[in-house]
Amino acid sequence: MTFSLDRRGLFRASAAAAAAALPAWMGPAAIGWDPALAQAPGGHLRVGMTASAVPLSNGCPDQGGEGQRFMGITLYDQLVMWDLSQSDKAATLKPGLATEWAVDPGDPKRWLFTLRQGVPFHDGHVLTVEDLVFTFDRAFKRDAPWFDARASAQVTPRFPTLARWGAGEDGRFWLETSIPDSTIPYALTWLGVVHKGAWEAAGSNWDNYLLKAVGTGPWKLTSFSVRERAELARFDEYWDKARVAKSARLTLLPLPEANTRVAALRSGQVDFIEAPPPDALDSLRAANFRIITNAYPHNWTWHLSMVEGSPWRDIRVRKAANLALNRAELKELLGGLMIEGNGLVPPGNPWAGNPSFKLVHDLPQARKLMGEAGFSAANPLRTRIGISSSGSGQMQPLPMNEYIQQALKEAYFDISFEVFDWNTLITIWQGGAKGPNVRGCTGINFSYAAFDPYSAFIRLLKSDLHAPRGVNWGWFNDPAFDALFTEVYNTFDAAKQDALLARVHEKIVDEALFLFAAHDLNPRAISPRVQGFVQAQSWFQDLTPIRMG
Amino acid sequence: MFFYLLRRLLYAVPIALSVSLVCFLLVHIAPGDPVNAIVPADAPAAVVEQIRREYGLDKPLPVQFVLWLWHVLQGDLGRSLATGRSVSEDLYAAVGNTLMLALAAAGIGFLAGTAFGTLAAAFRGTWVDKLAVAFASAGVSVPHYWLGMVMVVVFSVMLNALPAMGAGPGGSASWAWDWQHIQFLVLPALTLSVIPMGIVTRAVRGTVVEILNQDFITTLRGKGLRRGGVVRHVVKNAAPSVLAIMGLQLGYLMGGSILVETVFSWPGTGFLLNSAIFQRDIPVLQGTILVLALFFVVLNLAVDLLQTALDPRIRRT
Repeated sequence: MTFSLDRRGLFRASAAAAAAALPAWMGPAAIGWDPALAQAPGGHLRVGMTASAVPLSNGCPDQGGEGQRFMGITLYDQLVMWDLSQSDKAATLKPGLATEWAVDPGDPKRWLFTLRQGVPFHDGHVLTVEDLVFTFDRAFKRDAPWFDARASAQVTPRFPTLARWGAGEDGRFWLETSIPDSTIPYALTWLGVVHKGAWEAAGSNWDNYLLKAVGTGPWKLTSFSVRERAELARFDEYWDKARVAKSARLTLLPLPEANTRVAALRSGQVDFIEAPPPDALDSLRAANFRIITNAYPHNWTWHLSMVEGSPWRDIRVRKAANLALNRAELKELLGGLMIEGNGLVPPGNPWAGNPSFKLVHDLPQARKLMGEAGFSAANPLRTRIGISSSGSGQMQPLPMNEYIQQALKEAYFDISFEVFDWNTLITIWQGGAKGPNVRGCTGINFSYAAFDPYSAFIRLLKSDLHAPRGVNWGWFNDPAFDALFTEVYNTFDAAKQDALLARVHEKIVDEALFLFAAHDLNPRAISPRVQGFVQAQSWFQDLTPIRMG
Repeated sequence: MFFYLLRRLLYAVPIALSVSLVCFLLVHIAPGDPVNAIVPADAPAAVVEQIRREYGLDKPLPVQFVLWLWHVLQGDLGRSLATGRSVSEDLYAAVGNTLMLALAAAGIGFLAGTAFGTLAAAFRGTWVDKLAVAFASAGVSVPHYWLGMVMVVVFSVMLNALPAMGAGPGGSASWAWDWQHIQFLVLPALTLSVIPMGIVTRAVRGTVVEILNQDFITTLRGKGLRRGGVVRHVVKNAAPSVLAIMGLQLGYLMGGSILVETVFSWPGTGFLLNSAIFQRDIPVLQGTILVLALFFVVLNLAVDLLQTALDPRIRRT
């Protein structure tokens, strides 16, 4: 018997082999999608995060808002939580593991919390007031055997006034602050509640605990690989039956490279990605992926120096810069992916108020103000601004700043930039306008999260919170603002506090204390299979309503 | 030979020291504070100081370096600033993943490069030669992160045939040698293989052409040796120099896959380094670079020894 293969025969054989192999090779399994899992009740939701590592699973995650969004409020609950169920209004606080809280009528520095009864942890332990004491000791009591420096670093900035805490004889949890502080409920949304037995089960070691994390949240941890992924499963015994997760499984993948996130979504390896790059939006829409955006408390500003010698000490200059900026054009530059700067909170926020100084484009008025301040086309105001080349929350810093530079040039500003990497700019922000690394900058482009009254206003403007005590970068010092902040701290009625914060914000805008440029829109791209997601006006999002179609 | 081996191993000590020192200085010369990677931007100074003390970052730079070196000598590469995990543990997993990727890329690159180079030499001056040389030049010139993105667009997005990222459906920890997992290796390995393929093609072509022009080949042909016999002699003579290039390339693949691993989210040393750079995670940076430098040294030594074994004329004393 002889065997011969001519060229035509070779092609035929190759084609037959390819045809046999293709169904298996090009099927869903080829890209890691398991049909069995997807068909499990609720399916399997896979999220591509922008983080370069999975946020810590210890209840006090790193990586800021994204960490809290994906590992903080999925695995854990807090005493007070955010209501993330609506997309058409700013998220508000709601009871979490505390059913109610109040300030002690006899002592405005003492808070009392009534704990929710019968709340199970993922390991079966039931919540007690001792767990709250352990949670606070772990984060704030430096001499406790279970003190966790890593967790402490994340949450300590949220509790600048915390002094003492403990279990009351009536079964309630109490805490005391160094000054009356009405913002405590906001701070509590950052502190995931843990229990001692789970820490002991991890060998009394917080690093080991990351792999065996136990909370009371709607998801429980099934595997954790900090560099690659976290796998979570629905916690069927979750105490809030309205928030029992619809998806059976949740996988969190760190995909810091934007193009990789888009490719992963388009190839079906993930179902939900954070921050798709603007230039990918059209192609994603064309491929039937949904782009979801919403307002949330994010600010993209120039933080201005009020140090002696800074040109920004002159309110006419500050107002002129704000009037020279055409925010609509800036929005167009970003393909619509921003809200025009409205101050330190986006429009519609309960703290926005109604400032008399309107952030509109009015070049003649800007020129007039600059003229009054002694500047002209022949004698422009020359100053330097520190910007970053990229960075979390910084949106598209280079083109945005270059646009602003051009816009301000029309109103007699001659702005030059000092470009820093993001990490360096953070250091400069911490060091303040008098710091050693500012290199002559009289302003820095820095984006802010306005989670609560402290992060939105107080930390930026309270006179004693300049470096090294805080991030009042510009060394702003106005007793009127300090008095308002004291009043905020002492106002425990939520509605009254909102009204007071609106007054604070009106004053900030009226005095044009920043160059208010933009608010991010928090874009996400999701697969058509993702159903039920409600994008809240918040840094945090609830993944429990998501069901995979 | 023993003394040669010992000497070469001792050479690794100053190399590793120098690499570590340069890396350490570069990281510290850059402005910014490594602690920013692990605390919120508005963390109080007291908290930042506490963290700095815990990681020894409050000590003078020379002391920090000497302390790190002392721990390394005891086999302790320290803890990651960003995750708190042991650098050795992170590195162990990452080196394994990169080795897998580098070996796959090297296998593709070396085999294809050898085949193209040999063909080009055998048919020099013809269109086969020109095509192979063009292919080799493209391989060396094309930025591989760009090629990676193109591959992803074609094979993952358009054809939906191969995964765009990751190291297996359940991550690298559950890696298995079946198609379900190997398919995750295909695109990054192909992308990474184009540079060694180009370099090896050119090296093989040059070496084989040179050998084919030598007198002993004419003699072998004159004596009536068959084509296969001649090829055997050519391969044996070309192997040492080609092997040296392959060894260097494997070293580059181990240390030079940062962009490819980032594009494909392949959890190897490149991905680890990329994360460490952005997070200014000094212990991870230093540990990874030290291990990669040592790997390079050992790889070069292995190639030298292999060259000696293949060609006794090369003496190592």
